[in-house]
Amino acid sequence: MAWKDIFIKRKYATVIIPKESSVKVKDNLIEIENLPDIKDISEVLEKEYDKDIFSKCPSCGEMLINLDLYENLNVCTKCNYHFRLDSKQRIEITFDEGSAEYFDENMRTLNPLNYPNYKEKISNLQKELEINEGVITGKAKINDKDICFGAMDWKFIMGSMGSVVGEKLARMFEKAIELKLPVVVFSVSGGARMQEGMLSLSQMAKVSAAVKNHSNHGLLYISVLTDPTTGGVTASFASLGDIIIAEPKATIGFAGKRVIEQTIRQKLPEDFQSAEFLLEHGFVDMIVNRKEMKDTLYKILTLHSGGDFNGES
Amino acid sequence: MGSLDFELKEIERKIEEINKFMKSTGIDLSGEIDTLKKRKDAIQATILSESGPWNRVLIARHKNRPNYKDYVEGMLEDFMELHGDRNYKDDGAIVGGIGYFNGIPVTFISHAKGKDTQENILRNFGMPHPEGYRKALRLMKQAEKFKRPVICLIDTPGAYCGIGAEERGQGEAIARNLLEMSDLKTPIISVVIGEGGSGGALALGVADRVLMLENSIYSVISPEGCASILLKDSSRADEAAKYLKLTAKDLLELKVIDDIINEPAGGAHNDIKMTVDNVKEMISKHLKEIMAKDINELVRDRYNKIRCIGVYSE
Repeated sequence: MAWKDIFIKRKYATVIIPKESSVKVKDNLIEIENLPDIKDISEVLEKEYDKDIFSKCPSCGEMLINLDLYENLNVCTKCNYHFRLDSKQRIEITFDEGSAEYFDENMRTLNPLNYPNYKEKISNLQKELEINEGVITGKAKINDKDICFGAMDWKFIMGSMGSVVGEKLARMFEKAIELKLPVVVFSVSGGARMQEGMLSLSQMAKVSAAVKNHSNHGLLYISVLTDPTTGGVTASFASLGDIIIAEPKATIGFAGKRVIEQTIRQKLPEDFQSAEFLLEHGFVDMIVNRKEMKDTLYKILTLHSGGDFNGES
Repeated sequence: MGSLDFELKEIERKIEEINKFMKSTGIDLSGEIDTLKKRKDAIQATILSESGPWNRVLIARHKNRPNYKDYVEGMLEDFMELHGDRNYKDDGAIVGGIGYFNGIPVTFISHAKGKDTQENILRNFGMPHPEGYRKALRLMKQAEKFKRPVICLIDTPGAYCGIGAEERGQGEAIARNLLEMSDLKTPIISVVIGEGGSGGALALGVADRVLMLENSIYSVISPEGCASILLKDSSRADEAAKYLKLTAKDLLELKVIDDIINEPAGGAHNDIKMTVDNVKEMISKHLKEIMAKDINELVRDRYNKIRCIGVYSE
């Protein structure tokens, strides 16, 4: 994208004026003379750019205007790279406006192992992100269809699962049983949270048991895997959906790539543990672009809300 | 601690000398040996309590620690091993089968570590692939069908990390076990006999009763892994072991496990028979209690037990 296009499109931008150019103000308009002809703006912005205005695509390197990126649901307009969404963004783009009600908002993390610096880490993140923990749970609508949901947050210790994340998810599944509702969980997680030791590991069993309980009631659970979903979350509820969806190119796996490379002492292929790799090996049902996610979820929900074959619909 | 280690070596040397002396002269000095052995036990207990979790990690990983085979031989009669997951292959890192436990037919499933290099290669050092967990699940569902209690022994550094394991869905395999075990309509007892390494251990650990041998460990991450993340130095694992609360005593306090099984002084490897007998006795005790329950009550209690683990405020 050239300079001119940015100005036309957005009416403003941060511009680093090259030395050989000069700036004049004429009739309330800024004129830049001798502006070098730049085909690719990323050449100029390679090193220094205003992060309030631009984002660089980690996949293709394209400089993207944040407003464009936002309008495109944080997906690169050039290469379809899906930027990570935090839990609030996920709720905003997935559920009907204003339909979300939240569960267990006051549940708080303790430090049962007296793990060094854990308390400080949690309270700093709570202040910075204005969320209490690595998952938001609640009830919401997708095109008027009621569901219960969990939206994990990578910004909160990489969405790791400790007692609070496990308990909130288990309660949400139980609430869904009570309300006879389907569940949609957006996973993003590094796995069980080291700082709560075996209590964290036990949450894998807890949430899996709640999934089974919900399933025993004949209710639908859709698991959406987003970048990255690994470790104890992959090895529990994320892999247990009736239908499992992944976002394109998301990293999904059990063990970390570095750990595997150290174990087998060889480099892993580029696409190893990608959503596409999982689709090929039969562990996800489909890969869905973020733009089509809401409609896809709606279609699946609709397919599951008819009458059963013995009765009338 | 250094001086205690020295004294321990001295005592061992003296015992050996006296034994040699007794053999060569025929003079009975067994009273002396008994006194020395008592002193040895006392020193070992002190070392253990002073050095804390790291020593238990070392004992839990001891190469002569009783493994699945010792328990099969010491606890079961007419054991028949059953192989394969009916999908891909038979995983040697998990051994499963059927046999009599105190006259009751049971399904037995255990992580399998070897006692020498050759067996360890065969058993992949007790680190299962997905097919191992799927074999375990197949045998559990079979136990449910024939109303046999399930005894699981946990002894693994962790689920295997490798290309094949990921291709065949290590995460899914473990997840499926957690889900099915939470609702399996037959009694389940799990005993951590050595190392309980993270998700790979938990996949055999969703049970009506979870027991641990006194010097076994059960952890979300290896102390080495924790040290490299927390302390940026994997060689400081002894320090990290203290933070993880991975000992039987800690986990009983945190309500992650239900009971602790005593070990002989200095660790299970010092007296394999006594260890196996202790494990058998405790399994008998707990099995009797859970087998007395109505099956629906049992499964409900198991669910509630799993649901209650965790520490938070609201």
